[in-house]
Amino acid sequence: MRAHTAHRIASAPWIRRTLISLALVITVVMLVIPLVVIFAQAFSTGWQAYMDNLADEYTLHAIGLTLFVAALTVPINLVFGTALAWAVTRFRFPGRKLLITLIDIPFAVSPVVAGLLYLLLYGRNGWVGQWLGQYDIQLMFSWPGIVMVTVFVTCPFVARELIPLMQQQGSEEEEAGVVLGASGWRIFRRITLPNIKWALIYGVVLTNARAVGEFGAVSVVSGNIRGQTNTLPLHVELLYQDYNVVGAFASASLLAGIAILTLAVKGAVEWRQSRIKANAPDEEPKP
Amino acid sequence: MSIVVDGISKYFGNFQALHDVSLELPEGKLTALLGPSGSGKTTLLRIIAGLESAERGRILFNGQDVTALHVRDRNIGFVFQHYALFRHLTVAQNIAFGLDALPRRERPSKPEIRKRVAELLEMIQLPHLANRYPSQLSGGQKQRVALARALATQPRILLLDEPFGALDARVRKDLRRWLRALHDEFHFTSVFVTHDQEEALELSDQVVVMSQGRVEQVDAPAALYARPDSRFVFDFLGHVNVLSGRIQGQVLRQGEAWVRLPGQPPEQDAQLYLRPHEVRLVPKPTPHACLPFTVEAVSLIGAEVRVELSPAGWESEEIWEVGISHGEFARQPLARGDRWYATPDVGHLFLAHAEKPDTLHWEPAHYLEAAGSGI
Repeated sequence: MRAHTAHRIASAPWIRRTLISLALVITVVMLVIPLVVIFAQAFSTGWQAYMDNLADEYTLHAIGLTLFVAALTVPINLVFGTALAWAVTRFRFPGRKLLITLIDIPFAVSPVVAGLLYLLLYGRNGWVGQWLGQYDIQLMFSWPGIVMVTVFVTCPFVARELIPLMQQQGSEEEEAGVVLGASGWRIFRRITLPNIKWALIYGVVLTNARAVGEFGAVSVVSGNIRGQTNTLPLHVELLYQDYNVVGAFASASLLAGIAILTLAVKGAVEWRQSRIKANAPDEEPKP
Repeated sequence: MSIVVDGISKYFGNFQALHDVSLELPEGKLTALLGPSGSGKTTLLRIIAGLESAERGRILFNGQDVTALHVRDRNIGFVFQHYALFRHLTVAQNIAFGLDALPRRERPSKPEIRKRVAELLEMIQLPHLANRYPSQLSGGQKQRVALARALATQPRILLLDEPFGALDARVRKDLRRWLRALHDEFHFTSVFVTHDQEEALELSDQVVVMSQGRVEQVDAPAALYARPDSRFVFDFLGHVNVLSGRIQGQVLRQGEAWVRLPGQPPEQDAQLYLRPHEVRLVPKPTPHACLPFTVEAVSLIGAEVRVELSPAGWESEEIWEVGISHGEFARQPLARGDRWYATPDVGHLFLAHAEKPDTLHWEPAHYLEAAGSGI
């Protein structure tokens, strides 16, 4: 093996060593050290100070609001993403291709721009906002606005995971189910859902990570009211601007912790999926 | 349960997949839908199943209109081309799926379902694989499981879409025999789609030949092979040798080749279609035919010797093929490059604008005396 690979283009030992070291150095400098620094700063005045900072009234509120927003966003996008993936992979209709393209808009648009658009539409002077104002409903500068922009920013994740998988699996199994007399719900529960389960979990993990960490769009529509509309990422910035470095890093360490957890779950799901693939090889086994 | 297809038309966008198709599929018979890809045979099967809807026409089961009946309620067995086994369920769970899905009052009890699954596993000779997953099975095993799953709810109609298409030749032969035996035992009405003429002729009681969304011919296999109704069926079923020429007097002629016709049609262009076994090879022209050939290839493998011939002094779009027995070949061996003459026993004449052929017979005695020994 080794003798063969050595002959391939750009696999001379010195090229290989250079590329690997370069990748390692960049990873350490750009990714690992900052991550370590977050925790180092957070604990720089000791464990007790760290806990005190987290136990701060406003910090606790920010944590609660962030989890609340994620808890609303994830189910909404789970249902939305599944329905959308189902629609574009199981039905043929005019505008189908356009819909698949439109789903990527949140990836393409800067979150700040998205936040501004929502402000323009649903704010007190916005088209929809004015009308809602007559009924005393305020969306912007309160938690519904935060949820709305978070849903917007995270809506592609589940659908993007499901569409290629469902396209590849086709609808033959579902057709087999319906021929065998199963109801629509039964087909979804016993055939479709188990087939897309891992991609769904993967999509949810990504959605959750983004929902918890979103800054730009939320910053525009929340109004940064301490103890009311301050999410954890916004809170980190506020603390830092107040020269409370340890407090800022303590909160940031929570977000970093969530990120690391997300990576771990993502890794586990990917490992699990690769194992499923390995168990179902493309070639037919011998009888 | 008999199936009637009554005036079915189907469009995909602007493309018309089926043109006013009407068929009768008698109860307890095995019918093959045969045709090249794009002929609409799979679409027709899916419409019978209810997986696809038609723009016009009706489907009747036992005289009852089921056109508006949901596929779920038609109680048919359907075997998909790529098996469509549920990949996350075991073999036993796959087979039990249809029984589990029955409404509560029709559903057998848990132990009964287990017993029924065990019987079906026995029938497909795979009881030892009950707890395997589909990805752990070979193609032939998957196909058997797909069949058992389709038969679990005891449907009166079994529909199969290219059931043996993805299997290798030996497994395919086994499974064909097995399906035939199964059909004879349970007497459901079966319809299967295939593009393999050999499979259609060997397995079925009735063959429906389709082309470009239309039914070309419906017949029993033997009749279909002996008396094709159209040029398409001729070309599609087995090899055919064609002499295209012009009829002048009693003779169909092209270049140096000619055949004397028994009747005397008016002067016009015509084509004579000859099956490989309806032609003999002789060393000299006979009084009723002169079809000179150069031997191109001799294939000895198989039940008979297949000789490929290229026309000498006239033209043919495709190479001619003649089959002779090994015994005859031993008596009079042919070698590549030899000049031989073909002479027909039976032929099928398509006159210029005719849709259907006239079948012609020649008396073998004539040339045997005239030309001496022939092959």
